[in-house]
Amino acid sequence: MNIHSTPKLTAAETALIDAFGERFSELPGDATVAVKRDDAVEALKAGLPTRRVEAWHYTDLRRLLTNVPGYDSTLAARAKPALLAGSTVLPVLNGVSGAGASIDGATVTRLVDKLLDGSFAPALGPREPADTVGALNTAFVADGYFIDIAAGAEIAAPIEIQNVQAGGQTHSRFPVRVGQGAKATIVERQTGAGNALTSSISHLTLGEDAELLWIIVQDQPDGATCLSQFNAELAKGSRLTLFFMNAGSKLVRQEIRVRMPGEGADFKLRGINLLSGDTHCDVTMMLDHLAENTTSTEIVRNVANGAAKGVFQGQIKVAKDAQKTDAKMACNTLLLSDEAEFSTKPELEIFADDVACGHGATVTEIDRNHLFYLMARGIDEKTARGLLVKAFVAEIIEELEDEATVEVLEGILDDWFAEHV
Amino acid sequence: MLEIRNLHARIAESGVEIIRGLNLTVKAGEVAAIMGPNGSGKSTLSYVIAGREDYEVTEGDILYNGESILEMDPAERAAKGVFLAFQYPMEIPGVATMEFLKVAVNSQRKARGEAELKVPEFIRRVKEEAASLGIDFAMLKRPLNVGFSGGEKKRAEILQMKLLEPKLCVLDETDSGLDIDALKVVADGVNALRSPDRAMVVITHYQRLLDLIVPDTVHVLYKGQVIKSGDKDLALELERDGYAGLIGEAA
Ligand SMILES: Nc1ncnc2c1ncn2[C@@H]1O[C@H](COP(=O)(O)OP(=O)(O)OP(=O)(O)O)[C@@H](O)[C@H]1O
Ligand SMILES: [Mg+2]
Repeated sequence: MNIHSTPKLTAAETALIDAFGERFSELPGDATVAVKRDDAVEALKAGLPTRRVEAWHYTDLRRLLTNVPGYDSTLAARAKPALLAGSTVLPVLNGVSGAGASIDGATVTRLVDKLLDGSFAPALGPREPADTVGALNTAFVADGYFIDIAAGAEIAAPIEIQNVQAGGQTHSRFPVRVGQGAKATIVERQTGAGNALTSSISHLTLGEDAELLWIIVQDQPDGATCLSQFNAELAKGSRLTLFFMNAGSKLVRQEIRVRMPGEGADFKLRGINLLSGDTHCDVTMMLDHLAENTTSTEIVRNVANGAAKGVFQGQIKVAKDAQKTDAKMACNTLLLSDEAEFSTKPELEIFADDVACGHGATVTEIDRNHLFYLMARGIDEKTARGLLVKAFVAEIIEELEDEATVEVLEGILDDWFAEHV
Repeated sequence: MLEIRNLHARIAESGVEIIRGLNLTVKAGEVAAIMGPNGSGKSTLSYVIAGREDYEVTEGDILYNGESILEMDPAERAAKGVFLAFQYPMEIPGVATMEFLKVAVNSQRKARGEAELKVPEFIRRVKEEAASLGIDFAMLKRPLNVGFSGGEKKRAEILQMKLLEPKLCVLDETDSGLDIDALKVVADGVNALRSPDRAMVVITHYQRLLDLIVPDTVHVLYKGQVIKSGDKDLALELERDGYAGLIGEAA
């Protein structure tokens, strides 16, 4: 997908191509899936994207992707307790789905079945030449879940997609369809042990007037690579809140691609990136307002320590017909060390004339005066810094309102802070 | 209890000296008032006692119970019983007041080797003290000092002081911004803490506060030095004559 010819493949590129040669015969799918896989690998053979590819400008994947462990079916991953009490857990353990659970108002199918019968083939493939995550995943995807929520269903218990790694590499997909007027909460966890290479792609179609909260928590170990993509399509009057929290991995590329072709649809993005060590985390959002009266707000808060590098690319396109669009994007960063860096690239492309769109970005440090005030009350420096960091990100969590959810997510924040700051 | 010897302190960033050879002794049980014209260094002195990094001590020492505190960070000083009620309490968005109070109280207890207060016990104490200071409990659910009125901030400082039970209380213009009734409430709160093992340094411009919190000693600060010390009558003289005469004498 790198249009410039790359003379020599990197070790990681070679490892990926070799892995495909070795794995191909075992990868599930009919002939239509196999064709998609072959095409995808051809794209990979052209080399991983460098910073010359605009979408990857801040994340030179060719240089940064060094961790390509082999596929290892002997590794065992263990399911974890649900993040939110009472959830229905759908585990994918080291790349393999369990039996589909039965949920009132929803059907759950193992994705491997939809690869075997070829019905999922049309959804495969990179979405554009620079869609490396899509290509990589298409080449190797082996499993996942298809979740189909019936029209009008109100599913009280959250459904947790638990993607647990044990090392090696895994590639999964999670198509989710939410019927008209349905309501649900989905938790997507990218977690595990071992320094795995993971690609994970979800596809959400939200029916008319449906309402969904999707929570992504990524807390892979410090050496992991997590490449993910969240795709969503919002029908008329539907409402989606996507909350994400990155609190792990050495290399993260998280793409959020949302299309709003339905009039009056609303999208809220609330994200927290907790970065430490020498990690690199890139969150790239591509949002299309395609119909009238669509609204969106995006708030991303980043805390960066050590020599971590973070990126948020936020692209909002407003189509000619999407009059009265209201879109507001903010990206706020708290730097805890001199070496940490965060780059923000907002991009608004507006073709309608009657819209309200805005964006803002700030980078701050801990306010020394605030720190003094807290310490003057006997709060030791580490605890005081912790309170101020929490103050910076917690309001994003508190917006979720549900007390139990807020408590669990703030707990992850506290744990991260205790370990990394 | 507090002994400041030939203290020199400057602004760390610019190197400008603000405290220029200051001497002051405050005994346990004593209430010392500090007065002095604007810009004479009163708040700076209070910050240096509390350990604010923006100021650098270049000479002299601050002894608290006979021990130098200059090498301690603000949290260590606070845990030992030093408390500063700020002239301008800071607004800290995102930090809930109750959470802050709980962490502060328990941090100090922990540093002193005492057991943490249980939540119900803690809430009961806060409610009690808040009520005695005329603080609406609902206010404490808001972020620390954010949007509090001037008077509410000052009351909140005294609330913190009462909960933390410090041994050396430095009150920097706690009376400014208070209405007459609030002044009375706050003064009662301060007087309730007066005890033989506690010292207070009350910075103020006005006799009306010293009518309510009657000081044992009064010290006049000018250009970073104590230029005159006396008993409570000194404050009355200043109220009547202003600083001009004193300053002339000192020069
Ligand atoms: N961080 C600082 N940066 C620059 N100047 C400072 C700083 N801190 C104090 N000063 C200066 O030092 C002097 C003493 O200030 P300070 O606030 O201690 O006075 P004060 O006696 O408390 O006055 P007031 O009665 O008005 O409260 C003033 O000239 C002030 O401008
Ligand atoms: Mg002052």
